[in-house]
Amino acid sequence: MTAARTPLYEEHVRLGAQMTNFGGWVMPLQYSTIREEHRAVREAVGLFDLSHMGELRIGDESLVQRVVSRDVTRLRPGRIQYAVLCNDAGGIIDDVLVYAMPDRGYLLVVNAGNQDGDFGWMRKHAQAANAARNIGREWALIGVQGPRAVGLVERLTSSELGDVKYYAFVEGTVADVPCVISRTGYTGEDGFELFCGNADAVRLWRVLLEEGRSDGIRPSGLGARDTLRLEAGMRLYGNDMDADTNPLEAGLDWTLNLEKDFIGRDAIVTSRQQGLSRQLVGFKMLDRSIPRHGYRVVSDGEGIGTVTSGNVSFTLGYSIGMAYVPPAMSEPGTRVGVDVRGTAAPAEVVSLPFYKRPHPK
Amino acid sequence: MPDLSGMRFAETHEWVKQDGETATVGISEYAQSQLGDVIYLELPAVGQQLDAGVRLGVIESVKAASDLYSPVGGEVTEANAELKDHPEYVNQDPYGKGWIIKLRAVKDNPKLLDQKAYDAFVEGQSH
Repeated sequence: MTAARTPLYEEHVRLGAQMTNFGGWVMPLQYSTIREEHRAVREAVGLFDLSHMGELRIGDESLVQRVVSRDVTRLRPGRIQYAVLCNDAGGIIDDVLVYAMPDRGYLLVVNAGNQDGDFGWMRKHAQAANAARNIGREWALIGVQGPRAVGLVERLTSSELGDVKYYAFVEGTVADVPCVISRTGYTGEDGFELFCGNADAVRLWRVLLEEGRSDGIRPSGLGARDTLRLEAGMRLYGNDMDADTNPLEAGLDWTLNLEKDFIGRDAIVTSRQQGLSRQLVGFKMLDRSIPRHGYRVVSDGEGIGTVTSGNVSFTLGYSIGMAYVPPAMSEPGTRVGVDVRGTAAPAEVVSLPFYKRPHPK
Repeated sequence: MPDLSGMRFAETHEWVKQDGETATVGISEYAQSQLGDVIYLELPAVGQQLDAGVRLGVIESVKAASDLYSPVGGEVTEANAELKDHPEYVNQDPYGKGWIIKLRAVKDNPKLLDQKAYDAFVEGQSH
């Protein structure tokens, strides 16, 4: 299967991006260096093509309520929740953002590689054949992230963004392009994610790059997106969790409303009663080595767990990672080893997130 | 462009330049561009004997960890200590301040390529 192209593909090529395949899409990995793009997002503003993300439109509230882990009826229009979709065994099928739309329907933003699977899952559990619509290939998504992101978008819109708090959105225009203006992100910084029609994506992208020049904007690729989200302690589906992990193990208890019925709820309740055998933790390396997905976590020469994500933290200046370990080893301060090419490199369990932006709004 | 005359290359993308008794080893411009942001190097101890073609260490970029191979044989006299705090030198200046190790008592490796042959080899790889 050839990888799909977003409407911004030609822009990336023109900007000299190194491209990579991700979730069935050909996406920019980096335009300059990951380090520079990472820094631009922490200190100024970065521009991301996120059009590979999937979007599902669902009108039937009872369907949304049945498949997602939180109580979406508590969500006021204009608000967003982070939640998970689970299978019957409580395993995580995907992590999603649930948008309560003004028309009382819902928008689910899902991972690129899962969009067809998620859509099939919705249809399987829907009462009516047209209850869910997959609009992922009709919509583009542009991320504007960093301390200067809000100011930049404010200059290009007539919408009052002061009222759009974190995890809220409005429908409006940016650079005269009709958008869903969503105060969300996957970088640990303030900023927006702008949903627009495919046909408008190039115009919106170009205006943001041009207008953002005075802010020090940098187009930023999936490489920086990954190092940024790791510092922010945000899990990556497929790396840090999958259908064989449940939300309790993944540290996503806060996304669960076990008072309501949803697919996977009973299995999760049982798992909680029985006690967990492993838990996702953050750790930092005490030497300079780099932990990687799949490396073993060791203690006294015994394998006790597995690294799910790891890399250098450009912001903090040391290596960080996430791993599944037994609950007895999950307390911050616990010393563990990471098996790096046969040597147990010293590491310490720390609380998540690794990085928190200085002045959250 | 830096002066690459007298520099020879391995098909594993390391370069070596001999200057009197000492050979300096690094990685090529093509290699650094393929690796992307270098963040860590695991380098041999001074005094270690290396044969041509054996693993001399590991280079890690944001993307992945890769082995480094010694293009010639010899005894390690120095590993570039600057790279501990500035691994990005390998990206910024792979033929200059991004050098990796120095060797003495060099045993040559006839299989190395000159710059022209190496460029042709890289050309063939990227197509």
